[in-house]
Amino acid sequence: MKTSLLTFTATLALAAASAHAEEVRVYNWSDYIDESLLEKFEQETGIDLIYDVFDSNEVLETKMLAGGSGYDVVVPTGTFLQRQIAAGSFQKLDKSKLPNLENMWDVISERTSKYDPGNDYAINYMWGTTGLGVNVPKVQEILGEDAPIDSWDLVFKPENMEKLAACGVYFLDAPSEMIPAALKYIGEDPDSHDPDVIAKAEPVYMAIRPYIRKFHSSEYINALANGEICVAVGWSGDILQARDRAAEAENGVEVAYNAPKEGAQMWFDEMAIPVDAPNPDAAHKFLNFIMDPENMAAASNYVYYANGNKASQEFLAEDVIGDPAIYPSEEALNNLFTTTPYEPKVQRVVTRLWTKIKSGS
Amino acid sequence: MRRFVLIAIPYVWLLALFLVPFLIVLKISLSDIALARPPYTPQLDFAAGWEGLKSFFSELDFENFTFLTTDDLYWKAYLSSLKIAAISTFLTLLVGYPVAYAMARAPEEWRPTLLMLVILPFWTSFLIRVYSWMGILSNEGVLNQVLLWLGIIDTPLHIMNTTTAVYIGVVYTYLPFMILPIYSALEKLDGSLLEAAEDLGCSRLEAFWLVTWPLSRNGIIAGCFLVFIPTIGEFVIPSLLGGSDTLMIGKVLWEEFFSNRDWPVASAVAVVLLLILIIPIILFQRNEQKQREAEG
Repeated sequence: MKTSLLTFTATLALAAASAHAEEVRVYNWSDYIDESLLEKFEQETGIDLIYDVFDSNEVLETKMLAGGSGYDVVVPTGTFLQRQIAAGSFQKLDKSKLPNLENMWDVISERTSKYDPGNDYAINYMWGTTGLGVNVPKVQEILGEDAPIDSWDLVFKPENMEKLAACGVYFLDAPSEMIPAALKYIGEDPDSHDPDVIAKAEPVYMAIRPYIRKFHSSEYINALANGEICVAVGWSGDILQARDRAAEAENGVEVAYNAPKEGAQMWFDEMAIPVDAPNPDAAHKFLNFIMDPENMAAASNYVYYANGNKASQEFLAEDVIGDPAIYPSEEALNNLFTTTPYEPKVQRVVTRLWTKIKSGS
Repeated sequence: MRRFVLIAIPYVWLLALFLVPFLIVLKISLSDIALARPPYTPQLDFAAGWEGLKSFFSELDFENFTFLTTDDLYWKAYLSSLKIAAISTFLTLLVGYPVAYAMARAPEEWRPTLLMLVILPFWTSFLIRVYSWMGILSNEGVLNQVLLWLGIIDTPLHIMNTTTAVYIGVVYTYLPFMILPIYSALEKLDGSLLEAAEDLGCSRLEAFWLVTWPLSRNGIIAGCFLVFIPTIGEFVIPSLLGGSDTLMIGKVLWEEFFSNRDWPVASAVAVVLLLILIIPIILFQRNEQKQREAEG
């Protein structure tokens, strides 16, 4: 008993000692980095990196609004970032500590400044689109050779969905992206904050609701890769990861990603430092490390998302920079839309509508 | 003095672990949503002293509770949770009673081992156990693979992401809570009572129905409450195993809190849930007390 108590105190003392070493706690999306970069950061800086993941903006936002999350770097999406800045969740970046800011890409910085004027609070990590992940051979077998795999028709037309249902269709559980998609499909303004316009998304979903197997924001990567489902409405890079996992597994599944031709949502995941971050210095070092062109390219090459770092482009693999699903052409870029955060009252309408759609009643 | 301390301990426990958290939730349920950190007002400002307290109380209102009555979502979710909890409790009893009965009838030297086997799953994290059910029940999962291989079915059964999967998950998770109290009631059962019943002309079935069942009733009631009460507020099982149409109040609460960022309404939902739960909890306490008196 005495010895065990002794070891216990020793462990405590050790834990206390290691807490004095410099550390940085990063909270990022799941499947969203090349993990060898984390080791590289530790080796280069001698800072302990504690890496933790989430799969929904809502979870992150609740932690930010509650305060005291203990994280030094977090990665909200633009619309959420804007609201969290307004709530006072983040500290202004000390740009003198971020020399690598010069590597950033003006095309993206211009768009992210819509959420974060002057890009004062955050740097862009990745950006992408929300579109259609399709198990091509299966879908063509069901809907024929000319299946509309690059159109919202695939998932919003009830006759298509009825046939696809048995094979399995997943939607993101992210109302702030799924409602705009339906609005775009019926030709309304996807960024509408008018409850009457938003309500028009309901019949679109109710008509296809019986054929949707699940609303989930991360399970679709595996489900698509192992052939458990045929179609997933999801995030570009996630679906491209599913494509690669399927190719590696050689299980006969062939996944393709398309941003629907009617218009798809473009979003930006931004790295920011919480106002109460315990180690803001280390956090700045991490941001600067990420903005290093080679590191940023390594991350993009691994997760198949485009980044907002111009200098990284020369280090990108050909199947990343050359893939229009990841780096769309100028023309395709113009076809993408962005949205702005909902006001609390409108948010309630959107969430309620989404609950109604999900429960199917 | 010692006696006073002994009596005080449970009250301090109740105060620290129930009353204080409850009052915090109640306070949030009476405030308003705001874009701030934390996202609600008014906040109690102790520094402002008496004035702060006065302004705090003047801004409190019951608007969030009246809001719950304006949308049928909440009542549907409460009712659906009650229904799922009731059916799960019944199913757990159906599975748990025979197990407890067999354990209590097993030779005495086996019983500690059997008891151990019931408790053993608790050594694995609850989350991991629910995740492994996802592996068993999914379309490509173990269950479907085996059934397909045996030729019992030709297309995979679609169980994952349905309410059926929720029932399976709940029954599995809470089974020990049903088995243990029933087992402890049955184990104490005096075997000579059954012999007497049979001597008096009862068939084995009649003896079970007239002697064993009534004498194990307290265990059954305790087990049912231990399953029913936590199942109503269950969140993890329906969100991992259930489909989008599995409506439970735990999920509604999550959405209020996370999607709407409306902590005040989320807290109101939680307070009402507690009020609903208080009835079975009181019944449970009373049953326990009666049992103790009967034994005393």
